[in-house]
Amino acid sequence: MSQHTSPHLLNVERLTMRFGGLVAVNDVSFAARDREITAVIGPNGAGKTTLFNCITGFYSPTVGRLTLRHPNTGKEFLLERMPGYRISQAASVARTFQNIRLFSGMSVLENLIVAQHNKLMRASGFSIAGLLGLPGFRRAEREALDLARYWLDRVGLTERADWQAGALPYGDQRRLEIARAMCTEPVLLCLDEPAAGLNPRESGDLASLLTFIRDEHKIGLLLIEHDMSVVMTISDHVVVLDYGRKIADGAPLAVRNDPAVIRAYLGEDEDEDLPAEVAADIEASKAGETAP
Amino acid sequence: MTATNTFDRPKLDWPSALRESGFAALAALMLTIPMVGFRTVDRPTGLELDMRFEEVAAAALLVFFGRLGFALIRQGQPAAVLVLALGAAVLGFVVPLPTKVLQIILVGGGLVIALRAAWQIWRGSRPVPAADAGPSFMDRFAAEVQRAGKWLGPVGVLFAVAFPFLPIADRQTIDIGILLLTYVMLGWGLNIVVGLAGLLDLGYVAFYAVGAYSYALLAVNFGWSFWACLPLAGLLAAFSGVLLGFPVLRLRGDYFAIVTLGFGEIIRVILINWYQFTGGPNGVIGIPRPSFFGLAEFTRNPAEGDIAFHQMFGLEFDTLHRIVFLYYLILILALVVNFFTLRVRKLPLGRAWEALREDDIACTSLGVNRTNIKLAAFAIAAMFGGFAGSFFATRQGFVSPESFTFIESAIILAIVVLGGMGSQIGVVVATILVIGLPEFFRELEQYRMLAFGLGMVAIMLWRPRGLLAHREPTILLHPSGGAAKAAVKGG
Amino acid sequence: MEYFLQQLINGLTLGAIYGLIAIGYTMVYGIIGMINFAHGEIYMIGAFISIIAFLVIGWAGITWVPLVLALVLLLSMVFTAAYGWTVERIAYRPLRSSPRLAPLISAIGMSIFLQNYVQILQGARVKPIQPVVQGGVKLMERADGFVVQISYLQIVIILLTIALMFGFNQIIQGTSLGRSQRACEQDKTMAGLLGVNVDRTISLTFVMGAALAAVAGFMVTLYYGVIDFYIGFLAGVKAFTAAVLGGIGSLPGAMLGGILIGLIEAFWSAYFTIEYKDVATFTILVLVLIFRPTGLLGRPEIEKV
Repeated sequence: MSQHTSPHLLNVERLTMRFGGLVAVNDVSFAARDREITAVIGPNGAGKTTLFNCITGFYSPTVGRLTLRHPNTGKEFLLERMPGYRISQAASVARTFQNIRLFSGMSVLENLIVAQHNKLMRASGFSIAGLLGLPGFRRAEREALDLARYWLDRVGLTERADWQAGALPYGDQRRLEIARAMCTEPVLLCLDEPAAGLNPRESGDLASLLTFIRDEHKIGLLLIEHDMSVVMTISDHVVVLDYGRKIADGAPLAVRNDPAVIRAYLGEDEDEDLPAEVAADIEASKAGETAP
Repeated sequence: MTATNTFDRPKLDWPSALRESGFAALAALMLTIPMVGFRTVDRPTGLELDMRFEEVAAAALLVFFGRLGFALIRQGQPAAVLVLALGAAVLGFVVPLPTKVLQIILVGGGLVIALRAAWQIWRGSRPVPAADAGPSFMDRFAAEVQRAGKWLGPVGVLFAVAFPFLPIADRQTIDIGILLLTYVMLGWGLNIVVGLAGLLDLGYVAFYAVGAYSYALLAVNFGWSFWACLPLAGLLAAFSGVLLGFPVLRLRGDYFAIVTLGFGEIIRVILINWYQFTGGPNGVIGIPRPSFFGLAEFTRNPAEGDIAFHQMFGLEFDTLHRIVFLYYLILILALVVNFFTLRVRKLPLGRAWEALREDDIACTSLGVNRTNIKLAAFAIAAMFGGFAGSFFATRQGFVSPESFTFIESAIILAIVVLGGMGSQIGVVVATILVIGLPEFFRELEQYRMLAFGLGMVAIMLWRPRGLLAHREPTILLHPSGGAAKAAVKGG
Repeated sequence: MEYFLQQLINGLTLGAIYGLIAIGYTMVYGIIGMINFAHGEIYMIGAFISIIAFLVIGWAGITWVPLVLALVLLLSMVFTAAYGWTVERIAYRPLRSSPRLAPLISAIGMSIFLQNYVQILQGARVKPIQPVVQGGVKLMERADGFVVQISYLQIVIILLTIALMFGFNQIIQGTSLGRSQRACEQDKTMAGLLGVNVDRTISLTFVMGAALAAVAGFMVTLYYGVIDFYIGFLAGVKAFTAAVLGGIGSLPGAMLGGILIGLIEAFWSAYFTIEYKDVATFTILVLVLIFRPTGLLGRPEIEKV
């Protein structure tokens, strides 16, 4: 962490998560900075999703500290001590899920309005002003609608705003989930494999959406991803996990050439067993190319 | 399933059809031999058995031929099945049979199979098989009803308001109206918890009981008026909802259902056993009737210094006045619940309920405090249950634990489920079916619960979200556009 | 002390009965993750079939008590199992991939239906039966004449339960059916891909649960001598509590939970007010669910995100 000069947004210190005898995350420390995309990569079962669940409050870690610092106010939150819903409500951390979790029976627009629940709840005077239809609430609702409209436009779902969310094609559902997370107006957006199941064109769109969020909304992003083309193109900083431990941490280029990382992905002295396409992938990424 | 429309390829697979029907008949025999074939009857000499094997045979034959009929319909022979089934029904109607039950089985069974065959012919004669043609008939129907609610609702309310002045209104029909409206109110109340928030509450009657006993005890012991007690009873019911909800709302859906069931039973056991406070199994009697908003009483000869309703309006005294007043009271209470629900669906609270029903983990990730939101649903529904309970107490004039059994909870749940979870009109339709029909067919009383149970299973199999379940978005970006079409698309 | 011992014996007997019903809940929950709400009614039907079987066998002129008991038990298990199978086939199987409330509501509907089905066919009045097994062993006598005794019937119930538990464990651990069941518990889709007939396995689970419930119904008919169409509701909730207390999904847990509930009920009735014994059970249910939802012997469940 000492190599970073700008203050951290999220600081993970000595995080350990045990399930019975299984150590899913073992003494992991790293920092994610504001206005940067931090990618967490690693083979399957490396503990990436567990790490995410600790950060977003679904698990409480066995050991360790998770500090979130709001860049504008300098306010600090200890995430490991907060109940799940407060992490979004107070600490402004939003997330998406590996298996998309939309409110599939509700419309696309409603999904985005529910994301603004806390703001609207206050404006509706915990429903009393809302029931009476007071102007304060109506204004808040209009603003919420504007924000939703903005993000619908960003992810290209304006046309389908009144569709049932569950009826959207897969790629749209992924983007809607990101839009929904953004509607909570987070300072840190955590994405759990956002490119999973997308075709190359959609992955490309996703990459530009994420860089747009970083550059225009000036927030930090934390990303779990398997799609190396996405990771290598857009990440500012890559953390590599293997068997619950951190084995590398640094700029994408440095990480890619790290012998420990190559070993974790390819196994030791087993290069000849590697399927041809994986080997080609590695070669391609070494050559600094990106997939179309 | 590819054989659905093969009229032109009548190749029958008799062995498989017979095997299937034979197996079903065997199962029917296993089920009916002990329970239908032998009936335990009390005789002075002790318990003895009556034997009715003709009914067992009839049931097994019906299952055999019914199953065979379905199998043949599936194999593309609906016309033949239709003729045979109709023939059987007519035969059953004309030929004298040894018992009435047999006749009913033959006629009823024949008609059901004939209907199924006719449906197949009708559907099969259309160019597109309905199975893959987008939303099913019932989905479209439910959507139509939901949209028709815009005018159907006000028309229904107008009818309800005008009802006591219509020529069909007499003491009996208004009484039935009151009963129906009470269940409509309870159904709408429970709909908040089950339909919107997706929490299966099997102990709703507990809050109904809390409301009823609150009013009964306050009125009998302290002489408080109905109008003072009504809000208080609602508050007490809401409070008991919070008290129960706080520890158990964290539980998963099915555990939650069992715990609420247990809570309902606990309340009933306490009501039965706490003699000093609740009067035990005898309940509370002599509960005062409501006054006309505290201004006038519905009595012929009011006490000194009071004024009676008929004097106030210069009418002839009529005991019907009180009943009509009660009718309007419950109508208003029910409409309050309805208005609240329609309104809250468009508020963050209501949307959070529906979001919780859809995915509670996603809700947490968006900063929605699950416990508080569920607690709100629980408390509000409990409050409405409490209002209904107070009304029940003042209408009956007495309350006893017998009115608050699990069956009562099950009936209210059946109303919500049959009508379509989350559908306000569905609740009304289901109430008329579930409460209204048995009122008119008193002699079928003992089959009522049987039909309930069967109805709940059948509706779940046919339409797991309920008969008229259909959800319109609470907010539209393109109000005029093809929103309706898109909303139906997902089913 | 003597009084305590007597209550212990009574509680164990009651607990054995609850435990047998609880196994049905726990097995079904383990394999398809739903509460089989109609299981209490299956037990009630088992009791009714037992009483009818007693009458039929008496009518046929068989009087040797062990043979009578064995025949009744067999008939009750077979015919009740048919009910278990049918309930699953009609009310649950078509709903396996529905919204999660649907099978539960279907189960409640089934429960209401079965209750009224029996009420209409067999009448609403309680059904008494002549005692079949009488007498007992006097264990000790207090100075004031209070006798601690274990009746032959109680011995039969406890021994039969132990034998069934043993046989049952063999089935689960040792046979291919047991292996299929355990495989379906872990992952139905995968088990299906590997050639396990998932539908059949689930059906057989219901059949086994119903057969055990029939044994419990048989025992309760003998033990109390009276039954009615309503006994399934309370016994069902109590047995469910037992399953939760022991750790839902765990077979030894269900038996342990059953025995604990039986003991609690016996001692509560003996030392506190009998009217509130059901409240005690429900309170335990709520407390266990809140403070230890995994029960005594259950494995912790991690919320999958």
